[in-house]
Amino acid sequence: MKNNLYFDFTADKVKNTLTIKREFLAGRPLVWDCYTKRELLDQWFAPAPLTTKTKSMDFSEGGHWHYAMVEPNGTEYWGLTEYVKIQPIDYYTALDAFSNAEGEINEDLPRAEWLVNFTDRGENALVETIVTYKSLSDLETVIQMGMEQGMMATLEKLDQLLLTLKK
Amino acid sequence: MRRDIFQAVADPTRRAIIALIALQAMTPNAIAEHFDTTRQAISKHLKVLTECELVKQEHQGREIYYQLEIDKMKEIDKWLEQFRKIWETRFAQLDNLLSTLKKTHK
Repeated sequence: MKNNLYFDFTADKVKNTLTIKREFLAGRPLVWDCYTKRELLDQWFAPAPLTTKTKSMDFSEGGHWHYAMVEPNGTEYWGLTEYVKIQPIDYYTALDAFSNAEGEINEDLPRAEWLVNFTDRGENALVETIVTYKSLSDLETVIQMGMEQGMMATLEKLDQLLLTLKK
Repeated sequence: MRRDIFQAVADPTRRAIIALIALQAMTPNAIAEHFDTTRQAISKHLKVLTECELVKQEHQGREIYYQLEIDKMKEIDKWLEQFRKIWETRFAQLDNLLSTLKKTHK
């Protein structure tokens, strides 16, 4: 990381959770906007080289975000996030799902519960995201799907590091 | 019962120990010097890491050195690195967006 912003990523294989904490060089209201406004979400959510395309969004309790992550070749992966509880600008909870372009949820694929907490860290904002899967196999399915969909960066860097360490 | 490797690396001190001995094998005392905690606590962490085969002991003379089990680490890292990378990329993008927004708001 180019700047020393706090970042922590942990997986708990027992509770089937991923916890991701990250500090941002901006105040809480601005960071909250980036998470909850479609025109801003579209600018950062999908990891490059994927881009984000929002079809519809209603950020309210019971509302949803219907979006696609789009590969450079045009392949789209649709997702539907349903917002459950919203407490601006402290936290929101949501249920995510894989869907199609019509917003129909694919029930065969795992859904996860998201809790996104926003707190102050000095002048910066700290965002803690806790993603909970129903089971460990759900978590593994999602990771494996990600690998198949080419969403993941190559492992070359890690492999190289490990090679260096072995010497 | 063999310990779960994911639980083992969920602890920040244990992750720090792993990072430390990734560079070179070390004795428990040398490891403990890097932490603000008791030698006993470090021993406990090393025990957990040993039980899930993330580190192994090597005897050199009278000293015990702890060494990283590269293959085991690779297994976990491959798994987690996938997800971690996504979030890193995503957040770097958010960093850029925030800095743009801050400029336009001023």
